[in-house]
Amino acid sequence: METEKKKDRANRYMNPYLAGVFLGLVLLAAYFISGRGLGASGAFKSTTVSVVQKIAPGHAQNAAYYKEFLETHPGNPLNSWLVFQILGVIVGGFLSGALAGRLKLKTEHSPKITSKKRLMMAVLGGTLFGLGAQFGRGCTSGSALCGMAVLSLGGILSMMAIFGTGFVLASFFRKYWI
Amino acid sequence: MGPLIAYEIITENTNLFFAFLIGIGFGFVLERAGFSSSRKLVGVFYGYDTVVLKVFFTAGITAMLGLLFFSLFGWIDLDLIYINPTYLYSTIVGGMIMGTGFIIGGYCPGTSICAASIGKIDAMFFVLGIFIGVNIFNETYPLWENFYKAKFLGAPKLSEFLGISDGIMALLFVGMAMFAFWLGERFEKIKKPVIY
Repeated sequence: METEKKKDRANRYMNPYLAGVFLGLVLLAAYFISGRGLGASGAFKSTTVSVVQKIAPGHAQNAAYYKEFLETHPGNPLNSWLVFQILGVIVGGFLSGALAGRLKLKTEHSPKITSKKRLMMAVLGGTLFGLGAQFGRGCTSGSALCGMAVLSLGGILSMMAIFGTGFVLASFFRKYWI
Repeated sequence: MGPLIAYEIITENTNLFFAFLIGIGFGFVLERAGFSSSRKLVGVFYGYDTVVLKVFFTAGITAMLGLLFFSLFGWIDLDLIYINPTYLYSTIVGGMIMGTGFIIGGYCPGTSICAASIGKIDAMFFVLGIFIGVNIFNETYPLWENFYKAKFLGAPKLSEFLGISDGIMALLFVGMAMFAFWLGERFEKIKKPVIY
């Protein structure tokens, strides 16, 4: 009984305010050590550029975007801070999930929709997020969270635009979630 | 003294190693907080679970106050850290596209990686989508280039923009966060809980 209780406690999610303090300290460490904040979408960009370089080197040299990216980011695109940080996120997430007994292949969705529908929505949502993060020069972590921490005007505007749009559109997508 | 990389206290390779360690901390905390569940994440938009709001604002003000105090103690030179630039139109439109992607897909890029790492198949599909989205942008870049670079304002802080000190700005943010926490707790009490 006692051990069951203990196990139950370990499996629960962390208090959100405490988790927020820890996340803030991780972000502070990133600024103190590396002079930059956390991020995610930048790693996707580096990976995409790297793949295009490998499978279509001529295209990477000529197409406007790749040309500009490779001029402003010399060296191997995968040798970047964010790529290493994202590899860490995969390890850290996996470790936490393993310790809490949450490792499981699963498609999470509202009982009102099918798994297939959920997966289609996930691809569509990911595509929009990936596209938007290019215009926003960063996503929820790199632009919104870091922007708030350093009081950046652009970061705070992007935070308001992301969450504001989410709230405005929420009622249209209610049945996908509740 | 800080940032360590700017003062050449650590080498470029050590910096990448720290990036990996910082990433482990980032991923661990995200998963621990429940950010590996899409239905928990989007709960903030319906009010049945406001964990995103609580974690996000607590993290934001913790790092914000940490940076200001570190600077006050002379531990970090805030002129040497990266401040996000502001390209007015691109930032706002990008944020709106991201918000749409969030409510449709249920994740953001960082949380999708974290959720995929514990086996969420929907998160893996979201990750696939991000690659598609990034690629669409890269391939159609000439169409957007002017818009993407329009209304560049440099990298101003909101405090500079409003003409107040960083400390007062941070205090206002703490106040707003407290109000948001109060609202979040209230909504969680009113809304019917969703089981997932």
